[in-house]
Amino acid sequence: MRPKLKFLSSDLIKKIFAEGIDVLENIGVELNNPELLSLLGDHGARIDVDKSRAYIPEPLVNKALKSVPNSFALFDTLGQQTHDFRKYNIHFTPGSAALNILDHKTQKIRKPLTEDYIQYTKVISSLENIASQSTALIPIDVVGNIADSYRLYLSLMFCDKPVVTGAFTIKAFEIMKDLQLAVRGTAAALKEKPLTIFSCCPTSPLKWSDVTSQNLADCARFSIPVEFISMPLSGLVAPVTLTGTLIQHTAETLSGVVISQLVNPGTPILWGGSPAAFDMRYETTPMGAIETMMIDCACNEIGKFLNIPTQAYISLSDAKLLDAQAGLESGIGATLASLAGINNISGPGMLDFESCQSLEKLVLDNEIAGMCLRLVDGITPREDFPILPLLEELLKEDHLLISSHTRKYLKQEHYFPGPAIDRANRERWAEEGSLTLGERAHNEVNRMLAEYKPTSLPDTVKSDLKNRMQAEAVNNGQENLPALD
Amino acid sequence: MEILTQVSMALQEGDDQQVSTLINTLLEEGVKPEKIIDKGLIAGMDIIGIKFKAHEIFLPDVLLAAKAMEIGMEKLKPLLSLSSTTVIGKIVLGTVHGDLHDIGKNLVAIMLKGAGFEVIDLGKNVEPKYFVETALKAQADIIGLSTLLTTTMPVMKNVVDLLRKSDSSRNVKVIIGGAPTSKEFALDIGADAYAFDAVSAVDRIKILALS
Repeated sequence: MRPKLKFLSSDLIKKIFAEGIDVLENIGVELNNPELLSLLGDHGARIDVDKSRAYIPEPLVNKALKSVPNSFALFDTLGQQTHDFRKYNIHFTPGSAALNILDHKTQKIRKPLTEDYIQYTKVISSLENIASQSTALIPIDVVGNIADSYRLYLSLMFCDKPVVTGAFTIKAFEIMKDLQLAVRGTAAALKEKPLTIFSCCPTSPLKWSDVTSQNLADCARFSIPVEFISMPLSGLVAPVTLTGTLIQHTAETLSGVVISQLVNPGTPILWGGSPAAFDMRYETTPMGAIETMMIDCACNEIGKFLNIPTQAYISLSDAKLLDAQAGLESGIGATLASLAGINNISGPGMLDFESCQSLEKLVLDNEIAGMCLRLVDGITPREDFPILPLLEELLKEDHLLISSHTRKYLKQEHYFPGPAIDRANRERWAEEGSLTLGERAHNEVNRMLAEYKPTSLPDTVKSDLKNRMQAEAVNNGQENLPALD
Repeated sequence: MEILTQVSMALQEGDDQQVSTLINTLLEEGVKPEKIIDKGLIAGMDIIGIKFKAHEIFLPDVLLAAKAMEIGMEKLKPLLSLSSTTVIGKIVLGTVHGDLHDIGKNLVAIMLKGAGFEVIDLGKNVEPKYFVETALKAQADIIGLSTLLTTTMPVMKNVVDLLRKSDSSRNVKVIIGGAPTSKEFALDIGADAYAFDAVSAVDRIKILALS
């Protein structure tokens, strides 16, 4: 039986949903995109052009909900399926778009370079419990206008896994779509086998900028999956109550559902978000707060009620170093998210309020993910009934270490973490150098970098990617891209 | 594949029947038992040790390989020449007096036999004098002491003290192990070595036997 966690009764979910509908009808959303505003108006929304506001009626929401796929898959650069977003399936994704990296050598937070990004893709390639990449770092050695597409380019060049990404401008969508077409060949092939998910973020409260709404519409035109990242902050730009925050999140996310399905019915989406508590002492948005995690899990319950696959920014930490706080916040978040069945769990590697990636933390979070994947497998009776023959064997042999039952079920029943997790007795731990978690994780990073093998993407495709990115760089005023070796 | 390599492979897979069959074939071909042990069985166990330390295989695989090794050794031992030095050493093993926990000690015994040691297993709840008398009588190289209880740790010191009185030339070495023990405790009571698990015990006992 798969263990499940629930915060909301079905009655409360229905009330939250109904209230969200009410918000869309009566308060509406600010949509700073005349074209999309007009599209909504054409389909029955009341539009206030002066205020750039759309009041979305319930029938329009219900119509949009009917065309949303209740599952979809992702495929790696080679066309192999890696994800199945449906029901309670879970997949882990690194936290995305960090401005900084925690440098293991200096233990200082600094701006990332191309070299850091490449190392990140190589480490991700080795992490078996992290199913996708995200464009997790923003390298500062290219011009800002191409920082978004350049990340996707590096990801596609160095790692097979599908990519959770996003565009920073309207214009950047074009090259980011073209890079995907270079890998898949045609738009039809890309639609059949999605390679990326784009994060599209409404702004709380109840707003869409021209960039994010246009990115959403552009993704929909190409059937590129989208995850909605609504970020209501309890007590600041959302009600302080968790239920009130959930209502606002529901309204904001439903507005995105309507836009995506009006542009192209059937566009795959994730009912996602990065809602958070707001700490009124430090004026920060703690991703490690238990209330943040509760809202994330509850949002997912509303997505499940609507039969839409889900996502959340959970399993990350506000700590500045890879310390105990980093472990406990990430571990609690990942555990709750897994039990709640959040389909795309975004967060691994991330520190400092979604602003700092750490390769060593990715190694640790990969182990957390491994434990969570085991956790949701639950407890399943194998050949345990009747138990008498097995216990008779135990009494006869004194142990069951080499019993056929042990050998058959050992690896199905028990997850064995890698060397980052210390399970040695104290003497052995001391003999092997008394290494801290950070040191063990760093050793693993070094091992992964040394053992990295280039992806199997054909050289012709890699050349095509390189040419497209180089042209984009030149168009944006950068003659030469950083060397990739 | 060379049959000696096949012996090594079958041993690594814990396939004792195949090990036995291949040894018969080699003997029929006139290959010396010493060579079968060295290039087949011990070669296989060496790889098992490396893979276990790298976490490529787990304890059940090591035990199955050790059992296959033991079966191979039983077949070959009677055929060894008197001057052969294939048996690495002789060890007296037991859980100390007052303690009935013997799983760890039994694992060590299986591993040691698999590594080519002659093991005299005295069982559990063993009196100090029995360890010492047996070791001296059998001209053992090593005494291995095990305990799981903190309350019976002092008994290990009793064994060491008694041994040193009876064996002033210090021909017999002592290694200890078990959950509450440590390298520091081994030094405190005058033991010669400590091992934190069954696989490392074999490595350390090999070093003691050669010293």
